[in-house]
Amino acid sequence: MSKFGDFGGAYIPETLVPAVEELQQEYARFSQESSFRSELESYLKDYAGRYTPIYHAKNLSKRIGGAQIHLKREDLCHGGAHKINNTLGQALLAKRMGKRRIIAETGAGQHGVATAMACAALGMKAEVYMGSKDVERQRLNVYRMKLLGADVIPVKAGSRTLKDAINDAIRDWITNVNDTYYLLGSAVGPHPYPTMVRDFQSVIGEEILEQMGVPDVAIACVGGGSNAIGTFHPLYNKSTKLIGVEAGGSGLDSGLHSATLSAGRPGILHGMLSYLLQDDTGQVLETHSISAGLDYPGVGPEHSYYKDSGRVTYSVATDSEVADAFTTLCKTEGIIPALESAHALAEAIKVAPTMKASEDIIVTLSGRGDKDMDIIRRYYEQN
Amino acid sequence: MSRIDDRFADLRQQNHRALIPYAMAGYPDYDSTLKIVRGMVKGGADIIELGFPFSDPLADGPTIQNAATTSLNIGMTLSKYYSMLDEIRDITDIPIICMTYSNVAYSVGYDRFIYDMQKHGIDGIILPDMSIDESKEYRDISAKYGMDTIFLASPNSTDARCSRIIEVSDGFLYLVAVYGTTGAQMGVQRYAIDALLRIKGMSRDLPVGVGFGIRTGEDIKLYVKNGADALIVGSAILNVVRDAPHDIETSVSRYVDTLKRETTEGA
Repeated sequence: MSKFGDFGGAYIPETLVPAVEELQQEYARFSQESSFRSELESYLKDYAGRYTPIYHAKNLSKRIGGAQIHLKREDLCHGGAHKINNTLGQALLAKRMGKRRIIAETGAGQHGVATAMACAALGMKAEVYMGSKDVERQRLNVYRMKLLGADVIPVKAGSRTLKDAINDAIRDWITNVNDTYYLLGSAVGPHPYPTMVRDFQSVIGEEILEQMGVPDVAIACVGGGSNAIGTFHPLYNKSTKLIGVEAGGSGLDSGLHSATLSAGRPGILHGMLSYLLQDDTGQVLETHSISAGLDYPGVGPEHSYYKDSGRVTYSVATDSEVADAFTTLCKTEGIIPALESAHALAEAIKVAPTMKASEDIIVTLSGRGDKDMDIIRRYYEQN
Repeated sequence: MSRIDDRFADLRQQNHRALIPYAMAGYPDYDSTLKIVRGMVKGGADIIELGFPFSDPLADGPTIQNAATTSLNIGMTLSKYYSMLDEIRDITDIPIICMTYSNVAYSVGYDRFIYDMQKHGIDGIILPDMSIDESKEYRDISAKYGMDTIFLASPNSTDARCSRIIEVSDGFLYLVAVYGTTGAQMGVQRYAIDALLRIKGMSRDLPVGVGFGIRTGEDIKLYVKNGADALIVGSAILNVVRDAPHDIETSVSRYVDTLKRETTEGA
């Protein structure tokens, strides 16, 4: 299926059609092959460190009151984020497809790092496009990528963030279509990426079901939306209330945010039809967020479908709510969350008091916050 | 018969090929675009491609990306684009093609977008990210207003795919001559000639235009020799404009004239 309701599809330049069709066929073939699945499983277990635990955040739950808050510890994955679930899957696929050159985009740098790791482990070379604004604010991750053997290519066009990195990665793919594999980092882009990335990230939700049964509420942050779709998809047919949290930046009224589903309308960007932050004539708007990983004007098409169907509720957390949630988790549990994941925590802190102590919230803690030290320090210097 | 079809029929009778130069509306500014268009007409352009900027032009190289950014920064909007078309239509009835990206059309609504384009004198539309697989509604509405939908083919498009592209294209088929973005790589590639010969063998009455990376009369001569019916020149025109900011109309006219000389076989 290439569509989620009306959303998704493949709005791409003709040059990419053979590459995208090849990817559809090869993914369909290998994802059914038991040797591929067992190789991926063994990498996820021995290399990425899965299962990731679920931690009952008792101190936090007590502090907030109401429901019990549990954390799905994707921050404990190798590399410090859920991104490795997808990069191992796609890098293994690329290798089986005989592709030697891997390109990727990155926002906060977590997908770039996870791509560099997977490629190093599988003996491949990665080139990573990164907006020059993100290169500045995520210098540590740039250095990590280089140490891991990847080339980082700064992108100076447009808003110099994730959106522009994807544009340039697509342009590279058009130019080198015959030998290059584009390892896209979120559940966005033309079909089959949204489905493929969702499948690779669904390990998150599948483990949640296995480890704690059906939770009452599941919360995850949404930029492109890969950790959220990986959390929600396996819970879709369960009774769990699902909440996606977008970056509210300085507030929806300020115009400085990245809340695509809350403030956008359907549009076409990066090969997909999905909600999009755009002006009256379809020009894509610049976004703002304290977290580089959520700084994206589009969103995965399956989320657009979930929003319109009403199955998932999408809310926002502002930068200041996020900073509060971030420090609260540090102080109560000794866990430093990624600023992206702190959006999901901020929502949990709002929702828990409205629930009973016998009820359970699972928050997907998609990454760890070491990369965000400079940003949070500067935030508190200014606020 | 659309205005584009008529133009190709006339050219065929004279044993000429179509020269299609490209301008970005609003680059380097509104009035200069009008000068560029006048220069093109004077220089002998057969059809004009007038770009409408999009914030994220992922099929375009640096030259057209920069032109789009400039145009958006000076406040180009669809209503200004339509005023510009009205001014152009006061001076010429040359066929004009709008090139932009799918989201511009989708965002306004296909019906509204195509109706307005038609009303202001646009004869055909090119959306480089509109795959034929997603194009049903866009094509149906275009047909309703008699708007030509020009689709692109690539050297790596299979024969089966090319047949489908030929089937849904009006006016002409646009063969992308390089693996890459517009203007990023100049010159004629062997694989582009092979693709041109292959597609010409399938296209029957539909003219085949070649674009991306064309800069010189020599490039044009080579494509004409191998059967091209139209030559689209984009980034190279914008570079001429960039290099001659004070004498835009004459520079463009001279450059277009030089290229136009090569569009007659055996010239």
